[in-house]
Amino acid sequence: MILTPDKIQAILQEAAHFPRPSAAAIEALNIAQRGHGWISDELLKEVAELLGMSPADLDSVATFYNLIYRRPVGKRVIHYCNSVSCWMLGAEDNRRYLSQKLGIGLGETTGDGEYTLLPIVCLGACDKAPVLMVGDETHFNVDPAKLDDVLGETGAP
Amino acid sequence: MPDKIVGNDFGPPKAGPKDGLQGGSPHKIVGNDFGPPKAGPEGGLHGRSPHIEIDGKSYPVKAGDNLLQAILSLGLDLPYFCWHPAMGSVGACRQCGVIQFKDTDDTQGRLVMACMTPVADGMRISLQGETAKGFRAGILELLMTNHPHDCPVCEEGGECHLQDMTVMTGHTFRQYRGLKRTHRNQDLGPFINHEMNRCIACYRCVRYYQDYCGGDDLQVFASHNHVYFGRHEDGALENEFSGNLVEVCPTGVFTDKTFSHHYSRKWDLQTAPSICVHCGIGCNTSPGERYGSLRRIVNRYHGEVNGYFLCDRGRFGYGFVNGPARLHQARSAEDGPLDARTAANRFTATLKDAKGMIGIGSPRASLEANFALRELVGAERFYAGIGAVEHGCLRTLLGIVRDFPVRLVSMREAERADAVLVLGEDVTQTAPRLALALRQAVRNRALAIAGDVGIPRWQDAAVREAAQTEKSPLFVASPAPTRLDEVAARACRAGPDAIARLGFAIAHRIYPEAPAVAGLTPEHAALAAEIAEALAGAERPLIASGTGCLSEDVLRAAGQIAAALAAKQQGQPTGVHFAVPECNSLGLAMMEAQALAHACQAIESGIADTLVVLENDLYRRADKAAIDALLEQAKQVIVIDHTLHETAERADLALPAASFAETEGTLVSSEGRAQRFFSAMQPAGDSRDAWRWLGPWTRIDDLTRALTELLPVFGEITGCAPGAAFRIAGQKIPRQPHRYSGRTAMLADIRIHEPKQPEDADSALAFSMEGAANDRPPALNPFVWAPGWNSNQSVGKFQDEAGGHLRGGDPGIRLIGDGGGGRAQWFELPEAEAASSDALRLVPLYHIFGSDETSMHSPAVAERAPHPYLAVNPEDAVRYGLAEGEEVELTTDVWLPVKLLPGLAACVAGVPAGLPDLPFLETASRPRTPNKPGENTP
Amino acid sequence: MDKPLTRNIKPDGSAATLAEYRAKGGYEGLKKVLAELAPLEVQQQVKDSGLRGRGGAGFPTGAKWSFVPMGEDAPKTKYLVVNGDEMEPGAFKDRLLLEGDPHQLIEGVLIAAYAIQANIAYIFLRGEYRVAAERLRRAIAEATEKNLLGANILGSGFSLDLRLHTSAGRYICGEETALLNSLEGKRANPRAKPPFPQVSGLFGKPTIVNNVETLCNLPHILRNGVDWYKRLSRTGEPGTKIYGVSGRVKRPGAWELPMGTTGREIIEEHAGGMRDGYRLKGYMPGGASTDFLLPEHLDIPMDYGSIGKAGSRLGTGTMILLDDKTCPVQMVLNLEQFFAQESCGWCTPCRDGLPWTVSLLEGLIAGRGRPEDIETLQRLCGLLGPGNTFCALAPGAMEPLQSALKYFRADFERYLQPKKVSGGAYA
Ligand SMILES: Cc1cc2nc3c(=O)[nH]c(=O)nc-3n(C[C@H](O)[C@H](O)[C@H](O)COP(=O)(O)O)c2cc1C
Ligand code: SF4
Ligand code: FES
Repeated sequence: MILTPDKIQAILQEAAHFPRPSAAAIEALNIAQRGHGWISDELLKEVAELLGMSPADLDSVATFYNLIYRRPVGKRVIHYCNSVSCWMLGAEDNRRYLSQKLGIGLGETTGDGEYTLLPIVCLGACDKAPVLMVGDETHFNVDPAKLDDVLGETGAP
Repeated sequence: MPDKIVGNDFGPPKAGPKDGLQGGSPHKIVGNDFGPPKAGPEGGLHGRSPHIEIDGKSYPVKAGDNLLQAILSLGLDLPYFCWHPAMGSVGACRQCGVIQFKDTDDTQGRLVMACMTPVADGMRISLQGETAKGFRAGILELLMTNHPHDCPVCEEGGECHLQDMTVMTGHTFRQYRGLKRTHRNQDLGPFINHEMNRCIACYRCVRYYQDYCGGDDLQVFASHNHVYFGRHEDGALENEFSGNLVEVCPTGVFTDKTFSHHYSRKWDLQTAPSICVHCGIGCNTSPGERYGSLRRIVNRYHGEVNGYFLCDRGRFGYGFVNGPARLHQARSAEDGPLDARTAANRFTATLKDAKGMIGIGSPRASLEANFALRELVGAERFYAGIGAVEHGCLRTLLGIVRDFPVRLVSMREAERADAVLVLGEDVTQTAPRLALALRQAVRNRALAIAGDVGIPRWQDAAVREAAQTEKSPLFVASPAPTRLDEVAARACRAGPDAIARLGFAIAHRIYPEAPAVAGLTPEHAALAAEIAEALAGAERPLIASGTGCLSEDVLRAAGQIAAALAAKQQGQPTGVHFAVPECNSLGLAMMEAQALAHACQAIESGIADTLVVLENDLYRRADKAAIDALLEQAKQVIVIDHTLHETAERADLALPAASFAETEGTLVSSEGRAQRFFSAMQPAGDSRDAWRWLGPWTRIDDLTRALTELLPVFGEITGCAPGAAFRIAGQKIPRQPHRYSGRTAMLADIRIHEPKQPEDADSALAFSMEGAANDRPPALNPFVWAPGWNSNQSVGKFQDEAGGHLRGGDPGIRLIGDGGGGRAQWFELPEAEAASSDALRLVPLYHIFGSDETSMHSPAVAERAPHPYLAVNPEDAVRYGLAEGEEVELTTDVWLPVKLLPGLAACVAGVPAGLPDLPFLETASRPRTPNKPGENTP
Repeated sequence: MDKPLTRNIKPDGSAATLAEYRAKGGYEGLKKVLAELAPLEVQQQVKDSGLRGRGGAGFPTGAKWSFVPMGEDAPKTKYLVVNGDEMEPGAFKDRLLLEGDPHQLIEGVLIAAYAIQANIAYIFLRGEYRVAAERLRRAIAEATEKNLLGANILGSGFSLDLRLHTSAGRYICGEETALLNSLEGKRANPRAKPPFPQVSGLFGKPTIVNNVETLCNLPHILRNGVDWYKRLSRTGEPGTKIYGVSGRVKRPGAWELPMGTTGREIIEEHAGGMRDGYRLKGYMPGGASTDFLLPEHLDIPMDYGSIGKAGSRLGTGTMILLDDKTCPVQMVLNLEQFFAQESCGWCTPCRDGLPWTVSLLEGLIAGRGRPEDIETLQRLCGLLGPGNTFCALAPGAMEPLQSALKYFRADFERYLQPKKVSGGAYA
């Protein structure tokens, strides 16, 4: 069992709010992923069982959504926005800088397991483009200098 | 002239004279009151059907249909992918676009998806408008951007809906120059190949597998053009109906793996109209042969029985025809293999020398073959080759069908039931196609709920959404958990006696004149009340039961409930379906042969010394000791069969019989429907029609006619299909499609002369590609094909409406069970069995893969079968101190590992029925205490 | 100038507390509704106000509500759902309202739920809006504590259970029927209409889906009346609108302005005009799924009708600017990549047509283009057009492309002469 009792509790509580437990699939995946980083096959099976779904049914949902990771990711995922306004205002430069600084390409994780670099669609802050998220935190008007700031020492390869 | 609306001359056949065997096509369309719902108020003005105008011409259409259905029903062509007649519309593929005009002034119109647009009287549409045609070609072009164009190596090639639609839309030139996305394929088990790159993402597979069949191990993953249809991880598809994916998928993603091993193009298969021989339902099939071996089975559409779908046992169980156990040559115990002539002479001599002979028939042989044996030995010396308990059950069953107010329902009727009780039968395992029908029946409430808010029944996703988990009531009472439990309102686990008593209690609750049951448990009393209320409140209740519990009381209980319902409904017969074990169990029962035990007595008493066994392995029918004695005591034992089994091995003379794919005859299904099957190929080796070994008839029609004359219950079976004399414009019907290739060269490696094609004196079919192309009566149609439609979807051209009945009538004649003669009457109640605390009662547990004799000779089916086990529920296991996997001795020298089966009824032990490596066990008859190692058999 | 929607929004970006919200008349609209108006009267007022949905399609809100079955025979369970998915590139207006004034949304939800007699409401929030989620949770707790949510609200007999659902990403979740599937824990494929959600929506029950901004208008309409609301606007379409600008302007941002403010005023006065050295080449008036307009259209009032007449859509009202140093073809490629990736994969034209569009644009930009590719792009615009696809994602995706082909065709054709491109105008 990978799920901790409090997570099981939280998932069951979410499931209880809906006419059928499987309706809580996304909440449950979010809960399961929190702290664990990603949804492994084992975790998927445990969550599916809790919700009375087959692993296939839950995986069908899990693989649909961007923020559910079905592969291991680093401790913090860097989501850089590559949609139009950020693209126009230097998102690619930031991405290149990040790749170089962290030594990883898109979809890759740093050797120390700290960061994974992924693109994301518009983060709804186009007036502060370019934007990226590191873990839960959103950073605005990002440029290489600010990236150094944000990633601090940990960012250095 | 590209894209012309291909009209066709597939009109209904002309009616012929009364006796089908004389020619003509006197098919009865079996009437029923389960018909499609009557047209509602939108049914058009003045009661006439609504009309729509298509490209300037007015056509009548059926109210409540969608445009695509209507257009296809009219015989016009319109390409589609995601729609399926059995599964309705979801509007995903966007292939069926047509132009709809607002009114007569509108010249522009707008594009609509035909499958998502309800027909309305006076509607004006265009199929041929340039925008519509351009749009459809464009959609197809898009579908092909990722398609690998690998038709030459694709097993769908030549019967591919995607190919047909590509041609139909006129997409011939590819503009796309980009890369194609590629996928990894999965190992989906022994039945199905997976080639995801060919996928066009029509979503039919998941809709079929999940929504239609209730499977939960096939899904769609990911999104955008990465969508992937497969399993969560590699492994065999678990659902019992996975094989239909082969026909549901419009391209070559899911193909038949058993076929791959000896693949042939559709146009190179010689086929025949046939009937599945792996259970009693009587699904219509089309077996395909090439180079003397049976290559595959596909569904043959039948509007009342199987519709579009077969179960996996029926589709993949054909391997016994080609398998290593096949008896190709006669053999004698003394001299080993014999040539056919010697064998025939030996047989004649043996019969001449016999001091009395008896015959044992078979529920898996045709009426004709059984009758031929009966004629040979005399009616009073003809015995039904089935176990005593089963024999009793079938007699009881037949009695109920004849004398009670019951109507045996077809699968289509079963689908329309609005409350169902499954009493004592695991139909998924014993009559799979019925289970699939019941899964559709539970949707009737959903359809009603959706209808209330104006959602048409064909709008599939919306209906499911509106109704959520609401279902029509289905109740299951059985010894072990069943697959239908998940859609059941309530499932109850009990031993056969308790199930029977529950049934009688239900009958009493429905109609108090039916005797009351004393001493029910409070749970069963409450359940009986709930079930009674659901059934009595339903418009079309259905009782499904069968011989699965090997309990006559269970059958009687089912009859009692039906009688109670009928009494309540002023005598209107109740819909029932009794599952029976084999393809001709009911037909054999109707022959009124004596029980097998009497055969043993006949030999023992010395009134006969010669035993002729027809298509039967007696070791599957009775205790080994009894059969050993029978075979030993008989001076001569002759076995006629297609497969070398233990009985055949011990016979003095074994004569090779043609398998179902090589002979013809009539079978009576559990619906009481007599159906004719035909040979797809010449008998293998020296084998010949079983009836030819047995009697003087030169043509089967003569035999069939003799049968009907002597046994009036079968009087009508000559109407099942036109006889051998039937011709269409002077021509026979070809078994081979007109592109059948290389016939002249097929044997060129052996000899260069093209042999004459075999003559077929027994049917109106020819082993040829020449003959009548059109107007084939449904019972004689070996395969479906129509201009522009090479795939199985061409079946639409043979239906009276999309997904409806076959034009000319669905084949088969219902012999019994129309409810006409029956009247309500009440059975005596069975005694409650004294609870024996220290014994478990053995019950058979059936397996779709494993319990059927012949299909287990197909390696793919055998791979899916369970190993022998003894199932007990965990509480009983504790009581007896049994652990999972522990070996116990069930009866002398029969050791089985214990399997803990949660949910199994208390105080019963389940053994898998019919597994080849298990001896016959007299299940459901007496209690047993399993022995542990070291103990003695009681 | 009255700015009802944003008046509580503080420059430091923190959220207005319940006390702050109430201090400026918050929840007065609700009180009035609960005390004085029958549900159908609320519906009528909203109809009279002329409020149109701010989610992009601009459908009249009152009319939308009126399809919900009401009265005795209506299903007992009905739902109100807040569409807070805001994932369309260029759109960032709902974030402002969600983070800055969560109680305003809650009051809007209450009024809408009361009007259709829904007892369960969901806020469907995109997963990345972590701050908004936090603030909404707090606001819901505050409101519940003060009996503004929950059972028998303020003794009125009306109850509402409001729940926050944070999504896991996918633009298609914003499409209202896909959103419902997603709320049910399924893949966010859209549903066919009919049946409309008002009849068979969430869990098959009558459901209204409204945009965040739409709902935020309600407290003010109900408190201050229809005439007041109409006077807020400069044109026939009532109310204010949150307009936004992103791209190479001096002060990108979002502002609440009278409906019908012109693009020129928004860009030049509020956004401070183009950055030095850049000229405006075109603009998408309402987010990534709206047709480009040209500088010559700048004086058109930014309302649904006027922008529609000019050949585009007001959409979300958040403008994306194309400057003269950005290649329109590359910009369209970026947009189409977004749409191709966010396609749910349900219907053919979108699933397979968008990747082809991307591949054509990539080929063109990489110098592998052929003259007929531009025709193919044009053809795809038609094939993926309104009515041809299952939902509005793909037609939306075609709007920038088709307008770019119209206005900036030369930029496309330039790529057919490879030499001039490398190191050319858009290096
Ligand atoms: C692809 C797609 C994405 C959408 N995304 C959003 C969204 O993020 N937020 C939103 O309010 N409406 C979105 N919409 C519009 C909604 O479908 C719906 O019209 C709107 O939520 C209705 O609210 P309103 O009537 O208040 O405008 C989207 C539509 C489409 C086709
Ligand atoms: S247009 Fe079709 S594939 Fe695209 S998002 Fe809508 S339904 Fe999905
Ligand atoms: S068949 Fe009509 S959209 Fe697929």
